Amino acid sequence: MKAIPLWKRASLLLAAPVAALIFSILMSSIVLVLSGSSPLRAYADMFEHASRLETMIDILNRATPLYIAGVAAAIGFRMNLFNIGVEGQYLLAAIVAAHLGAMVTLTPVLHVTFIMLVAMVVGAAYSGFAGLLKVTRGVNEVISTIMLNAIAISGLVAYLVRLWQAGGAIDPGSAQQVGTTPIPESGLLPDLNVVVEGLFRELRQGKELTGVLLVAILVGVGYHVLVNRTRFGFDLRASGINPFAANVGGVPPKRMVVAAMALSGAIAGLVGLSEIMHIGFFPANPIKGLGFTGIAVALLGRNHPLGIVFAALIFAFLDVSSGVLQFTGAASREIVVIMQGVIILAAVVAYEIARRAREKEEARAAAEAMVAV
Amino acid sequence: MKRLSELPAWLRWSLYAAGGVLLLTVVQTLEGTDRLTSVTSAQSMLRWAIPILLAGLGGLYSERAGVVNIGLEGMMILGTWFGAWGAITYGAWWGIVAGIIGGALGGLLHAVATVTFGVDHIISGVAVNILAPGITRFLSSEILTNIPGGSITQSPRVPGVGSATIPFLAGGTIGNWTTPDLFGWLGTREWFFISDFANLLKGVMTRVSWVTLIAVLLVPLTAWLLWRTRFGLRLRICGERPEAGEAQGIDVYRYKYIGVVISGALAGMAGAFIASPELSGIYLEGQTTGRGFIGLAALIFGNWRPIGVLGGALLFGYPFGIGLRDLDGSASHGLILVNAIGLAAVAIWAFTRSKRTDTVLALALSGIFALWYFTTDVVPDVWINILPFVIVLLVLIFFAQRLRPPAADGLRYRKGQT
Amino acid sequence: MALAIELIGITKRFPGVVANDHVELKVEEGEIHAICGENGAGKSTLMKVLYWMLQADEGTMNVFGQEVRFASPTEAIGAGIGMVHQHFMLADQLTVLENVILGAEPVHALGLIDFDEAKDHLKKVAESYGLFIDPDDLVEELEVGERQRVEIIKVLYRGAKILILDEPTAVLVPQEVEELFRNMRDLKKDGATILFIDHKLDEVLAIADTITVLRQGQSVATVKPDQVTAQDLAELMVGSELPTPETTESTVRDEVALEVSGLTVIDQDERVIVDDVSFRVRRGEVLGIAGVEGNGQTELIEAVIGTSPAARGIVTLNGADVTRATVRHRREQGIGYIPQDRHREGLLLPAPLWENAALGHQTQQPFSKGIWMDRQGARQRTEDIRREFDVRTPDVDVPAHALSGGNQQKLIVGREMMAEPSVLLAAHPTRGIDVGAQAAVWEDIKAARRAGMATLLVSADLDELIGLSDTIVVMLRGRIVATLDPATVTPRDLGAFMTGATSAGAA
Repeated sequence: MKAIPLWKRASLLLAAPVAALIFSILMSSIVLVLSGSSPLRAYADMFEHASRLETMIDILNRATPLYIAGVAAAIGFRMNLFNIGVEGQYLLAAIVAAHLGAMVTLTPVLHVTFIMLVAMVVGAAYSGFAGLLKVTRGVNEVISTIMLNAIAISGLVAYLVRLWQAGGAIDPGSAQQVGTTPIPESGLLPDLNVVVEGLFRELRQGKELTGVLLVAILVGVGYHVLVNRTRFGFDLRASGINPFAANVGGVPPKRMVVAAMALSGAIAGLVGLSEIMHIGFFPANPIKGLGFTGIAVALLGRNHPLGIVFAALIFAFLDVSSGVLQFTGAASREIVVIMQGVIILAAVVAYEIARRAREKEEARAAAEAMVAV
Repeated sequence: MKRLSELPAWLRWSLYAAGGVLLLTVVQTLEGTDRLTSVTSAQSMLRWAIPILLAGLGGLYSERAGVVNIGLEGMMILGTWFGAWGAITYGAWWGIVAGIIGGALGGLLHAVATVTFGVDHIISGVAVNILAPGITRFLSSEILTNIPGGSITQSPRVPGVGSATIPFLAGGTIGNWTTPDLFGWLGTREWFFISDFANLLKGVMTRVSWVTLIAVLLVPLTAWLLWRTRFGLRLRICGERPEAGEAQGIDVYRYKYIGVVISGALAGMAGAFIASPELSGIYLEGQTTGRGFIGLAALIFGNWRPIGVLGGALLFGYPFGIGLRDLDGSASHGLILVNAIGLAAVAIWAFTRSKRTDTVLALALSGIFALWYFTTDVVPDVWINILPFVIVLLVLIFFAQRLRPPAADGLRYRKGQT
Repeated sequence: MALAIELIGITKRFPGVVANDHVELKVEEGEIHAICGENGAGKSTLMKVLYWMLQADEGTMNVFGQEVRFASPTEAIGAGIGMVHQHFMLADQLTVLENVILGAEPVHALGLIDFDEAKDHLKKVAESYGLFIDPDDLVEELEVGERQRVEIIKVLYRGAKILILDEPTAVLVPQEVEELFRNMRDLKKDGATILFIDHKLDEVLAIADTITVLRQGQSVATVKPDQVTAQDLAELMVGSELPTPETTESTVRDEVALEVSGLTVIDQDERVIVDDVSFRVRRGEVLGIAGVEGNGQTELIEAVIGTSPAARGIVTLNGADVTRATVRHRREQGIGYIPQDRHREGLLLPAPLWENAALGHQTQQPFSKGIWMDRQGARQRTEDIRREFDVRTPDVDVPAHALSGGNQQKLIVGREMMAEPSVLLAAHPTRGIDVGAQAAVWEDIKAARRAGMATLLVSADLDELIGLSDTIVVMLRGRIVATLDPATVTPRDLGAFMTGATSAGAA
């Protein structure tokens, strides 16, 4: 007696994100038509461009930090915690890691590990502080991480950028960027062009596939194993679903809150890697917003390790496409930002509707089981 | 002696303000500056406080109806764009109206997601904050770039609505007659504390924008609306115990919608104010710089009450106002000592209530600030930017348990599930 | 006399269940009419139908002789029907006045509330029914009984002639119950009709003029209190001989499994909640703890499982001092726990059954190996629980919230029993589940007792306590005030000890 067949479960699971995608494409099309552009041409340009190997590399490079940020946020969500502070955590972690990474001389593998560890520790400490405030002083983590974001971004990072700024232009390749002292070669992850070129063809336009992609893959696998296969992950999820039941089940809720926040922050610390590993230092004007987009990516991906992969790729695809639209002039490039926003809103609404439909289905199935047995 | 908490709110907050001014006066004497209580400091404090106040009041309407609104920032962003566009295209007042409408649309979106579809309030707020800059950027690329002087990230000059100085108290004019200037006269007496207080009061009454005046008047209006009218009682029940409202036949969804849309409208008005000449005189991408979140902070600091939100807005607007004119950094430096003394006061308060952990914690933090103050002469300018957030964190650390948010704030409510 | 309410053939179905099955009810004007029935008999559904929070699928309702059909509770209020919910519908941070006038506010122009008029009206209503309350108090400052009074005033303020009270005594202490009954009689004297739900039979017999009994969704009898005994009523409710748990021979062994000595628990407000409690539970023994709710039983259990700290005293488990041990350590050492509120403390509602089966045992075989969860083992064990404890479910992957209350409880009992605990803490193990599931749970506890398990049983069901326990202790205001032998004690005696009516010692 299988009450809910597999296909039904799967379709319930997939219906929501697909519906969200279709809805946002529809909305964007309306906006495009209203602004006098042809949606078909815009989409054609976007997909045509994305089918090129070089663009795919761009998308992967962009998706890498988004994926890590998504996992960082997802760890919090699994524990029913809103780590809105991924943004501040990754920027702070990145600048400290870049600075300390440039200070030491180590063998290659050790050096990279050192930089990653510093980033994770800084992220974990900053985020864990919010967890600590929650359990010891009853401060809601949404509010505290919002405040800590502002303190990190317009305070600490802004200050440290100037304090640690290396003299003059640094990287001759990237036009007169200023930032922290460059990290020696031994501290940088090599690019993965060998793999790509081995599989496909030579990369043009000087494109490089970031080595941080490997870190992202490790993070994803680690996240899946930790949450779904280990006892700690079970405790984490149990605490997130029902802290009272978890407590009598032997899971100390306060310790789990701090642990989850710290873990989320540690992963957030890795988000900035793709920038400091790519250009070799922390720039005075770093890419911002990855943390907030990471939250959106986690939501769209339903906190699922694979779901977040798709979500990160979709967001990265849209980001990269905006350059294409600019180039071909098919439509205003800003349409993609709207698409991102609409997707995320449509997705959360669709998930909520799907959740209710699923609960009804399950209740009906269980009621039938009672009568049938 | 009557307990402080038994006094009416306006009197209690006035006492807090007087205490604060006294503290500032003492500190600025030590620091050898007059910037902490000058007329211009007060003026810029008020200007900086208005967007925070409006956003905070916006948060109040939403959260009193039970919907947490961290989308205030996004709604404020919509307000800046629509405010600038409206003012440039149709004139200054229409700019304010357009800003209000733009923000209200953002609020409507948040309401649809949280109330109709039951999406988590934080999630929806994050989504609004992501969507809003996308919309303004798109609109800029479609519209601002076609206006002379505009570009994808900024607008040409935005006209303002004009201002007035309060007669008699600050020497404003009635017709052609320049009235006496009471606070101005007091301010130049160099009487300790009294002159300082007079200067600050003159500052907040001199060349006050009409929008500022409206924003300040919204404080008593909101208190009246929420605590004295049928509408207010019904809106508040949605934030405290929506099931109880539903059981009495109140359409909870409708009130939540109204609360959240008003919330967006006020955040939008705040945005329009930011783009107006009072603060910027131009639309510039990213110009809200987290002030929606500071509004949220003012709401929490003010314990979800209008007069408290005003207090929080002035407190958080103050360091921004100071920072702008503080070229040698002495005033900012003085604020460190203000923090240290404030924390010492918290320590004494905690001690009298025999809260040992709090006492030790407050003393330790106070000591750190005091040490910082006495071992340095200058302070990094970022300090002034983060001061509001530091204050909110400190307030939460010591008073989170005493704050009373609406009981059902942030909870998912579905009709008919009681 | 005229009928205030008449229900004819009311039927209400939910997926898989018929909650009300052609219910007939006649309530005369000016009487106090009780509706009793077991948990799950359909009382609450009937109340909601009466108040039009739910629309009946079939049947008609007459109010004062006229057939009515309302769209919402608002219209029911308009027709003079008022409801006092079991869980009070009050906002704590609003004043009494604000709570009372909500939805019926007298206003000036501009929607400004006329607070003077409202206060006058409230005082008039309250005084005419002898209900005293300060309209300016915040509700959060009120005692439970006072809050209930606010709820009643709220209903009267709207001019209700028919009051529906949903289990009004459930949350009250005995003195407050007396006060409530006094108020109910006053209301009746002033012409109100009262309909109330209750399943405490002595209370029903004391206050009601007429009693209607519901059983499995049907109205099975309407009787007068002077024509029936509590035993008769109970049999009407259950439908046959009362199933009472009866333990036969003693299985008590010599080894002490759980020993508590001098245990004291102090709450956040520094009040002593559990006061110097000592007892021993031997292997094969069931120690029953009787007491009116709120006399420290919950906190005692929490101190033994380890979720709230003991201020003083020692908890010894199988000879080892575990007073300072974590919950996890205690569970690994063999404490099983059936919590009183399964939704709050027992289950992960959105999680699949097999994860729920692991909860509390996730550090042990077969649920985990080292730091890894053993999904295969956990599923297998859950299948075993499903089979042996008759948990009705399509499969072990459905989430817990899809199961009925009885099946959820069987799952919890099953997961605890399968772990073969040396000590079981059972708090109201059969609360809110159907008769069949109740009998199954009793049988499970008895079987484990025979196998040598020590059980600490807290229950408000006195027959359950007497039937299952080898020894009963009574808790009153945090102290153990009596130790009794279930073989000789009656529920009536027990009730006297619980309320402090009898104070002295032993049996």
